[in-house]
Amino acid sequence: MIPLSWYLILSAALFSIGLFGVLARRNAIAILLGVELMLNAVNINLVAFWRYLDPVKITGQVFAIIVFAVAAAEVAVGLALVISVYRNRKTVVADELDMMKW
Amino acid sequence: MTILFLITAVVILASAVMVVTSRNLVHAALWLVSALFGVAVLYALLNAGFLAVVQVVIYIGAIAILFIFAVMLTRREMRDTGPGLNKNWWVSALTSILTFGGLAFLLSSWSGFSQTPAAIPSGFDAVSALGDALISPDAFVLPFEVASVLLVAALVGAVYIAFNPRAGDSPRAGDSPRAGDSPRAGDSRK
Repeated sequence: MIPLSWYLILSAALFSIGLFGVLARRNAIAILLGVELMLNAVNINLVAFWRYLDPVKITGQVFAIIVFAVAAAEVAVGLALVISVYRNRKTVVADELDMMKW
Repeated sequence: MTILFLITAVVILASAVMVVTSRNLVHAALWLVSALFGVAVLYALLNAGFLAVVQVVIYIGAIAILFIFAVMLTRREMRDTGPGLNKNWWVSALTSILTFGGLAFLLSSWSGFSQTPAAIPSGFDAVSALGDALISPDAFVLPFEVASVLLVAALVGAVYIAFNPRAGDSPRAGDSPRAGDSPRAGDSRK
């Protein structure tokens, strides 16, 4: 059988790739894509811990479902913000959105 | 099973790298679909069939499509002339590599790092146990209801933020003067 460590290393790698996307991309939608990758990495971890530690307690799966709901809410509000910003500023590049900076 | 896991892991990581490096945002969103599908395969490998289905329905069916819609609505930036990454991307790469190293180090020092899966008792139905847990007052009914309130709030907030009152009025208020103007413009040309 596959040891737990493989899942943990895979999800750590996926989280790091998503973190790189969030920090390095210029487009605001691409930043949200990176956030989705990070949330999926967290979900892999939760489900793997549920399966490997105590499958009778269903806690890990419940946490994963809550993460699904939060991700859906986050992406709906985030994309609405991006569309609103695009309508007002005609850009979605995060570097140019500095109207709250000073 | 091991070979299936390895193939899925390679697909997920390669798709994730393409998501964060691809210049074209529609391509990035489609690579995200590939990565999310790989995660659904992992859920199936972990005996979480319900979550695999939910992953396909919600993530691929709703969230990825929502991303593609948003890319289409902000289409001018698809052919972005500037670079896809900002000028401090190497700091980001260093940070994410350090994060991966730190996580791997922390996890490898944990005693249960390489343990094998616990046995699922015979007759245990994970889906019905999950359904019971979500509506049982002893378990998770409160977080479940709070999540539904959160979804409603996010829905209303997203509609409020993305709604443009001027664009909502303009088809009727804007079309009638234009419809009235254009015959006059046509008349003056004649």
